[in-house]
Amino acid sequence: MLLLLKFDSKTIKKPIISTATLETKALINILRANVGARRGEMVVEVDDSKAKEVEEVFRRFGVEVIELKDAVVKDEEKCVHCGLCISICPVEVFRFDENWKVVADTEKCIHCGVCTRVCPCNALSLPIHSL
Amino acid sequence: MKKTIEEINRKIEEGCVCVVTAEEMKEIVEELGEEKAAKEVDVVTTGTFGAMCSSGVFMNFGHSDPPIKMQRVWLNDVEAYTGIAAVDAYLGVTQLSESRGMEYGGAHVIEDLVGGKEVELRAEAYGTDCYPRKKLVTEIALEDLNQAVMVNPRNAYQRYKAATNSSDRILRTYMGTLLPNFGNVTFAGCGEISPLNNDPEYRTIGIGTRIFLCGAKGYVIGEGTQHAPPFGTLMVKGDLKEMKPEFMKAIVMPGYGVTMMLGIGIPIPILDEEIARSTAIRDDQIVTEIIDFGVPRRDRPVVRKVTYAELKSGKVEINGEEVRVSPLSSYYMAKKVMEELKRMIERGEFFLTQPVERIPTKGKLKPMREKGIKVVKSVMTKAVTIPPDTSIEEASRIITQKNVNHLPVVDENGVLVGIVTSWDIAKAVATGKLGRVSDVMTRKVITATPDEPIESAARKMEQYNISALPVVDAKRRVLGMVTSEDLSKLLARW
Repeated sequence: MLLLLKFDSKTIKKPIISTATLETKALINILRANVGARRGEMVVEVDDSKAKEVEEVFRRFGVEVIELKDAVVKDEEKCVHCGLCISICPVEVFRFDENWKVVADTEKCIHCGVCTRVCPCNALSLPIHSL
Repeated sequence: MKKTIEEINRKIEEGCVCVVTAEEMKEIVEELGEEKAAKEVDVVTTGTFGAMCSSGVFMNFGHSDPPIKMQRVWLNDVEAYTGIAAVDAYLGVTQLSESRGMEYGGAHVIEDLVGGKEVELRAEAYGTDCYPRKKLVTEIALEDLNQAVMVNPRNAYQRYKAATNSSDRILRTYMGTLLPNFGNVTFAGCGEISPLNNDPEYRTIGIGTRIFLCGAKGYVIGEGTQHAPPFGTLMVKGDLKEMKPEFMKAIVMPGYGVTMMLGIGIPIPILDEEIARSTAIRDDQIVTEIIDFGVPRRDRPVVRKVTYAELKSGKVEINGEEVRVSPLSSYYMAKKVMEELKRMIERGEFFLTQPVERIPTKGKLKPMREKGIKVVKSVMTKAVTIPPDTSIEEASRIITQKNVNHLPVVDENGVLVGIVTSWDIAKAVATGKLGRVSDVMTRKVITATPDEPIESAARKMEQYNISALPVVDAKRRVLGMVTSEDLSKLLARW
């Protein structure tokens, strides 16, 4: 499960990620982080079985938690299958199928949003645009 | 044995013509050999689908009452060129909207018209005795135009230089987004199925050749601008009113602008063995170069030679590292184009033509003739440099005495290690940090080279929001300074 965490000026100062790991023994993988002095955002990956438990710890500290269930969406009406997104995506979500159509393996998506700013057809979007 | 276009057209009429796509032809020649393939196959259809910036549409709007001689004209706020007769105009695909900027342009207007939408037509004029009207605003659709003829000065590039980026920042180019430090490669063109790669000697493609242009029947009207085989190009025309929305697409290259992807298909009559051989060309025989967009000059350095087979594999090697590759053209749509053209010929809806004139098989792309290019060397001033162990107090004295704002910090060999500005010094004094300049200097210095054009230096200053650049040689020894004041003085002189 991917979680988008939003920290405010209070929560940003606390070691919440390590607290959550110590309390739940869940392994938390930080995929993206943008941490400033007064607020921050983070995308973390947690095993599905531990997700609820971890979320509870985050919420107890006052961190806003959004479950990222919907990955990048490709609008098939707009896409012309050029493949410009293929070399841009850091985790190789996009590839050509045997007919040279661009397909997206969206379960790999880490919600970085880079592809949405690259697509010349404006065919890619993130339901919750983070960071 | 030789065939003629008339014989092939008779077969099309009788419904017994053998048409294959360029993709199928490679296999056929491999299997049967050139001689047999030339006997069996009558027509090979080729296709491409990619961004073709040098495209646009001539329109005639009909006369208003009272009539107007348009001096300026806009369609959905995108300006078209009307320096021709009263109500004729040419709308280019890359022209941007005056109100919406980069998100909407000429290509979108054309797409809207073909899609059946109405667009706003607005015109201004100075008014004459014969054309008294000075202003006009109305709504028009494609069917309201007397003519809407797509005329594209440069389309269907035979092959194109691929792009990469050695610099340390993301570049937004007409070749797409290029990641820093050779992060990716992009390329345009469809390689072995592209029209001109299948007839590199221009034996069958010439002036008057009937083609598939965005779903309509179009014609080759000459070689394209910048035609320089093997980077050959075509000038084409076609009736916009017959075009189909699925074979054209208005796009926005982020940070660059608007352009249009067009579908072009060209039938190649297999008149003899030699033409059969040329249509058997494979991607591994089509060579181009990867060039470095990290260098903002006309003559960008070649990183390496590469074949379309390597580019299409999705990965190429640069400096021993594997780099991922993205196409800019749609191979999927190009295949659709050649399959559609094949169907049209088989159904007897599309006949071939004999060119009335050959297209040159040679050409050279000349650079622009310019008055001397101004380079940094000609405007740079002497740099006042200091060693890293200079005290803040001493630095502030130098700044006031020499009347400068920037002090490049250099080591004992004159090599740049940092820079301090009058602002850095003022800040250090204000916060009571009265140590050495090495404590407060900026270490990652943006620099210029003596032979860099001044436009490039000005762009760096704008990009990084700074007002001066140390000018350094290849070993990063400081040769001088170029400041925004030097550049503005230069402008004042012009």
